[in-house]
Amino acid sequence: MSTTTLSAAEGLAPADEPVQFYELNEHPHPEGHSTMLGFWIYLMSDCLIFAILFACYAVLGGNYAAGPAPKDLFDLNLIALNTAMLLFSSITYGFAVLGMQQGKLRMTQIWLGVTGLFGAAFLAIELYEFAHLIHLGATPQRSAFLSAFFTLVGTHGLHVTFGIIWLVTLMVQLGKHGLVAANRRRVMCLSMFWHFLDVIWIGVFTFVYLMGMLR
Amino acid sequence: MSHDPHNGADGHHEIEMPHASMRDYTIGFILSVILTAIPFWLVMARPLDAGITAAIIMAFAAVQIVVHMVYFLHMTPKAEGGWSMTSLIFAIIVIVIMLAGSLWVMHHLNTNMMPLPHDLSQLP
Repeated sequence: MSTTTLSAAEGLAPADEPVQFYELNEHPHPEGHSTMLGFWIYLMSDCLIFAILFACYAVLGGNYAAGPAPKDLFDLNLIALNTAMLLFSSITYGFAVLGMQQGKLRMTQIWLGVTGLFGAAFLAIELYEFAHLIHLGATPQRSAFLSAFFTLVGTHGLHVTFGIIWLVTLMVQLGKHGLVAANRRRVMCLSMFWHFLDVIWIGVFTFVYLMGMLR
Repeated sequence: MSHDPHNGADGHHEIEMPHASMRDYTIGFILSVILTAIPFWLVMARPLDAGITAAIIMAFAAVQIVVHMVYFLHMTPKAEGGWSMTSLIFAIIVIVIMLAGSLWVMHHLNTNMMPLPHDLSQLP
């Protein structure tokens, strides 16, 4: 860029030179330079999906249709265990990112694997809980409360499922190509996704389970 | 003009990524454990009234969300030239309108509904 436009932008241009409000020169746009921001905006839109489901639950959560209430259904020990799994998976993902920053491929892969195992444990416990509820007759069809509950918690579980599929894919990509720029970007995107799911889970265990037991 | 400071010697552009540190993750993890354990204990042991407990666990959830944002998601006002924060604030505004609006409207609808018999299973 010429010095003329630079000074024009700063309002120091001599009167005889036209002020330019646009740039004619092309900037370099390195590959993936906007991926992180784009992914963040996706997460914000995902946040809106969860906000709608939380709103549904808040509105319908008290309509038991003479069926079971949260107090009759939820086992807080199980939920505490589940929360611990997700929290551990968050810190182990952090270790994977640290490994990547130090350029240690093996360490990144190991910690990603550990994260996946914690995620799978979370899913297994959640599926066990769902199976238990359905066995008790507390199916999504039973009451508005249960419909809203299964939709909200199930959507979160579905996100974790896709997170694990992505994680396995990423481990294969890392194994094939190593810590190249594209893979580093992917590790950071999945990091955002994974920690974002943990943030949503804070809302779930607080508003659905803990508040449910207080009702 | 703006010369890319991350432009390497080989002309390869490094993408700017948030820098994570062991310290951040450790602080975040310890705070999260504390902020999760206390609400669970409050609800399971019930040392306080339901109303106070509800207020405390909601406050803890709000603090824990901020902790995760800062220490795990590396949110800073300057990330991505401020656009991350801008989109976050926009999302929060929309969510607050949506949540508060839904609850407000539906509360009034419920209040104005025709009274139903107390035991719904008695309905035909």
